[in-house]
Amino acid sequence: MVAPTDASRAGSAHDSGGDARTVLDEQDISRALTRITHEILERNRDSAGLVLLGIPTRGVHLARRIAQRMSEVEDRAITAGALDVTMYRDDLRLKPARALEHTEIPDDIDGKVVVLIDDVLFSGRTIRAALDALNELGRPKAVQLAVLIDRGHRELPIRADFVGKNLPTSLAEKVKVRLSESDDADSVSITTATSTGGAA
Amino acid sequence: MITNLLSAGDLDRTDAIRILDTAEELLGVASRPIKKLPTLRGRTVVNLFFEDSTRTRISFEAAAKRLSADVINFSAKGSSVSKGESLKDTALTLQAMGADAVIIRHHSSGAPHRLAQAKWTKGAVINAGDGTHEHPTQALLDAFTMRRHLTGSLGGDLAGKNITIVGDVLHSRVARSNALLLHTLGANVTLVAPPTLLPVGVDHWPVETSYDLDASLEKADAVMMLRVQAERMNASYFPSAREYSRRYGLDTARLGRLPGHAIVMHPGPMNRGMEITADVADHVRSVIVEQVTNGVAVRMAVLYLLLGGAAGEPAAEEATTSKERP
Repeated sequence: MVAPTDASRAGSAHDSGGDARTVLDEQDISRALTRITHEILERNRDSAGLVLLGIPTRGVHLARRIAQRMSEVEDRAITAGALDVTMYRDDLRLKPARALEHTEIPDDIDGKVVVLIDDVLFSGRTIRAALDALNELGRPKAVQLAVLIDRGHRELPIRADFVGKNLPTSLAEKVKVRLSESDDADSVSITTATSTGGAA
Repeated sequence: MITNLLSAGDLDRTDAIRILDTAEELLGVASRPIKKLPTLRGRTVVNLFFEDSTRTRISFEAAAKRLSADVINFSAKGSSVSKGESLKDTALTLQAMGADAVIIRHHSSGAPHRLAQAKWTKGAVINAGDGTHEHPTQALLDAFTMRRHLTGSLGGDLAGKNITIVGDVLHSRVARSNALLLHTLGANVTLVAPPTLLPVGVDHWPVETSYDLDASLEKADAVMMLRVQAERMNASYFPSAREYSRRYGLDTARLGRLPGHAIVMHPGPMNRGMEITADVADHVRSVIVEQVTNGVAVRMAVLYLLLGGAAGEPAAEEATTSKERP
């Protein structure tokens, strides 16, 4: 999922060159996910009361990778689910109706610790929608948030518990996460939008 | 995506599959503890029913309520229509009350088109059955049910499947909409009826026709029985109910000659003992009750895709100019 860059908010001061700059490569992503896996287990003591839910589409791929690492560490099969938040978004009426993604909850979430997993944390609005969606599925004991990239610019009081990499960005920049499940390779890159006033 | 749903023929393959896939996701909502989504909160949906209906009206009402829309039910009986109010004035009244969508069933073919094209209402118009013309959401829920049983694949169509539709095709809006939609989805449709109950010009439809039910049973993946619409029969189309039932009714013997995977469908309401015997209607291969369940999910999908996105007056241009989603 490309982090949303509103044209209205774009065009801030420091444009840093024209084309894409790779921030994380395949190995960096792999290491970050392994670290996040261990941090989740450390924070929650064990995996028994955990439910991993990815937010489509790339959050689901990340959730599956974390679940796979967790299965190896814990020596039992752990499956990740998917939570589509489209119907709960606050910007639905700004665009034509969007197709829905698949929701798949592997386990009853009542009394469990739910770990939401997404690729990029930006405005926080997707996570707000996810919290609303969770609310109607049950009452988790706690909700934690793991993201591969935190690029800042929050518009809501939401923070991540587990972060792959903090990436200070300007609003004119675009963070693009590519994962081999849906793209050709694993990488995280930053591009600078050239549209509004950037003298490059 | 289209802005009104007036005919199953308005849907191209992409639109139809998007509705079916959306419905597939929304079907899961029915099994959750809280069967509600906040998506259409604050929108008003009017059920404008000039003709009797049980399942379609309740189905639309349930669908709209599960998406948190406000529902106003209007039935011609007990309203100003019985005092002689025209469709136009009724529609203008509803528009003045701020309807975002009008779901209309009318005894005259073409009434929903009139309502949509005359711009009497600014909301989306959804055809819930007009005369003997069309009933597109029924066709969508039928296609949805067939896809679940015959292919089961998200994003797929019904290519190569043989669907046999039997009975009163002449008066059936369900048969018309199904013929159009199933053709769009790649299925082969065979209409089986006595010659008197096939409409004039059926040879221009994208279907095969037959007068012999037994001949088309062996290759059918799904058999859809149509109700004999006694209320629309103004002439004697067949000698007796008994003869019709013998030649065109689905009984246990005929059910036994269907392929093992074939399903039996009926849009309802059924005349048990006429076009379908009671034991076939209650048989495990009959999906008639499931069709009703699927109807709610399909209608939720239609309401979401028509109303869920860019709304009303200011964003209307955006909705029509940028048809593909980002």
